Amino acid sequence: MSDSYDVIVLGSGPGGYVAAIRCAQLGLKTANVERELLGGICLNWGCIPTKALLRSAEVFHQMKHAKDYGLAADNISADLNAIVQRSRGVASQLNKGVTGLMKKNKIDVHMGTGKLTGPGKLQVTAEDGKTTNLEAKHVIIATGARARELPKRTGKADGKRIWTYRHAMVPPEMPSKLLVIGSGAIGIEFASFYNDLGAEVTVIEMMDRVVPVEDADISAFLEKQLKKQGIKIMTSAKLEDIQPGDAGVAVKIKAKDGAMSEDTFSHVIAAVGIVPNIENIGLEDIGVEPDEKFHIKTDGYGRTNVKGVWAIGDCTAGPWLAHKASHEGITAAEAIAQELGNAEVHPHPLDRRNIPGCTYCHPQIASVGLTEAKAREAGYEVKVGSFPFIGNGKAIALGEPEGLVKTVFDAKTGELLGAHMIGAEVTELIQGFVVGKTLETTEAELIQTIFPHPTLSEMMHESTLAAYGRAIHI
Amino acid sequence: MPIEIKMPALSPTMEQGKLAKWLVKEGDEVRSGDIIAEIETDKATMEFEAVDEGTIASIAVAEGSDNVKVGTVIATLTGEDESASAAPAKAGPPGDDAPIQTPTRPAEAPASAEAQNKAPPPPRPQLSSTKEGRILASPLAKRLAAEKGVDLAAVTGSGPHGRIVKADIEAAQGGTAKPAEAKPAPAAAPVQAPAAAPAAAEKPASVQMADSTRALLDDRIPHTVEKLSGMRKTIAARLSQSMQQAPHIYLTVDIRLDRLMALRKELNDALESRGVKLSVNDLLIKALGKALVAVPECNVTFAGNEMIKYSRADISVAVSIPGGLITPIVQDADGRSLSSIATAMKDLSARAKEGKLQPSEYMGGTASISNMGMMGIKQFTAVINPPQSTILAIGAGEQRPYVVDGALGVATVMSATGSFDHRAVDGADGARLMAAFKELVEKPLGMLA
Repeated sequence: MSDSYDVIVLGSGPGGYVAAIRCAQLGLKTANVERELLGGICLNWGCIPTKALLRSAEVFHQMKHAKDYGLAADNISADLNAIVQRSRGVASQLNKGVTGLMKKNKIDVHMGTGKLTGPGKLQVTAEDGKTTNLEAKHVIIATGARARELPKRTGKADGKRIWTYRHAMVPPEMPSKLLVIGSGAIGIEFASFYNDLGAEVTVIEMMDRVVPVEDADISAFLEKQLKKQGIKIMTSAKLEDIQPGDAGVAVKIKAKDGAMSEDTFSHVIAAVGIVPNIENIGLEDIGVEPDEKFHIKTDGYGRTNVKGVWAIGDCTAGPWLAHKASHEGITAAEAIAQELGNAEVHPHPLDRRNIPGCTYCHPQIASVGLTEAKAREAGYEVKVGSFPFIGNGKAIALGEPEGLVKTVFDAKTGELLGAHMIGAEVTELIQGFVVGKTLETTEAELIQTIFPHPTLSEMMHESTLAAYGRAIHI
Repeated sequence: MPIEIKMPALSPTMEQGKLAKWLVKEGDEVRSGDIIAEIETDKATMEFEAVDEGTIASIAVAEGSDNVKVGTVIATLTGEDESASAAPAKAGPPGDDAPIQTPTRPAEAPASAEAQNKAPPPPRPQLSSTKEGRILASPLAKRLAAEKGVDLAAVTGSGPHGRIVKADIEAAQGGTAKPAEAKPAPAAAPVQAPAAAPAAAEKPASVQMADSTRALLDDRIPHTVEKLSGMRKTIAARLSQSMQQAPHIYLTVDIRLDRLMALRKELNDALESRGVKLSVNDLLIKALGKALVAVPECNVTFAGNEMIKYSRADISVAVSIPGGLITPIVQDADGRSLSSIATAMKDLSARAKEGKLQPSEYMGGTASISNMGMMGIKQFTAVINPPQSTILAIGAGEQRPYVVDGALGVATVMSATGSFDHRAVDGADGARLMAAFKELVEKPLGMLA
């Protein structure tokens, strides 16, 4: 006997569970299949628990600088176990929240590993080996991704001395000397965290700058700040060899100028990207095509090349971000409802130019749209504005005078092409620019907008004004 | 204190513009964000939003006024707390005294700026739906439209709630750039398909298609799918509206053209030195104008509770343009000379084909004419161009056996078919119009008198 649904969502991360809820809201009979924990990586092993860790690091950092604020704090110390405990508690609370949401929306949750056995047919194998066959008119693949392993066989992440993000989140011990390989969001966040807690941290990056997806000005600013905090940064550097041993991990690194250096680290975090989870779920059997980077190929609504099979989130093309996955989940749910005859929904295809990205290191980074270089590459004649935190009253009052807001406009049309920020709380500010971009703002609306004083957001205004030679406080 | 509403600068280069249309009248309450007027720049027609709330105390610049400088006070607004009638109002538009006269017609001249105390007039009866909803467009789309001369009203929005976004302007520009508005009356002749479907700039059909399209599509037949242009949507909506709401009655007459052809030749010989050449159609426009004045029962609009009777014949002439059809108007076809009609038509149809007509040049009209004679069509029936009540469908003039004075001879004859809105026009009145038209064409000197 098999249960029949309108939609089955395979995976319950921020893409999957949001897609399932939206399907249910639209009156579709919906099931969600999850092999581990509702909420997926984001909520259990990613975005949320790392934010909890970083919050502890931030408070610790502030306590160490209590004197700057006229406060005294003696004998402060960090208890790694307690910090990790708190982080797990946060994740667990949110996991229960998702469980409640599934119940509230009457979504059947099938715990187990799902595999497509034919179009619209899915077999779920529970932990105890019991199988259940499900059927659905539409299946949404939302299986996410996992950390990419280091290219060297000896660099396999075993959780002892060589870690992925997942080990780094529940460390068995505090690293004394840490090597972070890769300076994307995940690498930089852990570098920032362990550095704040007192580890000696080195970051190596193959590209010529840290956070290479960000604007070059942001990368340069961040590198300076990280170095100031005592983090060692090696860019254009390549891992040549890695040998874990009892005393630590021996590493050979080829620097920019070709010089080889050898060093031993107590621990290594591999943060060199992700690979999509697309194996063993029956995709090959029913003919779902991958793209050239082996992610599932989809159109702007999540349709794969096989009718009735959809894919969203990290198992599809990037950026691999939770909010992009959730948005895709909603779009796919609405497109499915539309195919099933709902005339009320009007899904719009994903617009990659308007997906913000946030990194929660210290200082924070947030951005949306094209970098200055990418905009010029795309043939735009640009107007660029930039405003430093030091010119903002609120930033100085907060004791956070380090950072900048940069905006890139199309000189011809005034279209906001991109916004790039680094500094305190910028991850909470970026949505202003994202809303603007989604509404297709030009400089005129931003200039006309009244920004509240005193806030960090005034810098968003000033940066826009600066692009047009009109900044007030600089 | 009354708030002055000034002529806005709708693009960085705009110095002056035409106040194409008021969408509010004195005494109307407006809220911030309401569209109160349409302003034509050299590039496009733009909507003008109210910034403040209040009541329109006076309108200082009449609809249709050209070359209104940016910054000129075009209307005044009283704030919420004040009584609108207490505010000194500027002179109203000249049309005010005769509110039944169609409000869509541009006023002849800007109102005098002389202050005169005058209470706002009572709200005019809404005769036809001239007021359009607000056009939703992103700031960037608005700016691009202004710069590229794309009329937002003719663009189909693909954003949320049909909002026009950048991609729509780019698509519109890639297609036929033409100033067709959602309101104009594209004509009423049978819809003529463009000779060849433009294949350029096509999107992959499979993904972007609407469900309604998907439902109709037979995948086995090679095909392309393209989005409807704003003009096509307007044509579809108006022609459906006409056929569904106006019961059509068709009256056909055969008309001898020999004398008209002879007169045309004579006139063209005489006009050659002036560089004017009359077409048969110019003569037929004139004849229809005169016939409508002679039989005013057909020069009307059926307005539900009332009948609008026009005392001038403005003829909408169907002109086929790339991607559809538009109907430029020959105003006062009865009163003006043939040479003036010919000159006007030459200019209007040339600009129609380039997409450069101003809205006032194709919106309005009291009756229409559609001529498919040059395409060899012998006789056809046309769909009435609402809110008009009369359209004449002209077939080809051809030599036919014809009985003249009891004997069979050969004559140049065309068939003309009038379509009439039977709610407004009785069969006998339609027949009188056709007879008057026939009389004028067969005895064309009557047109000159």
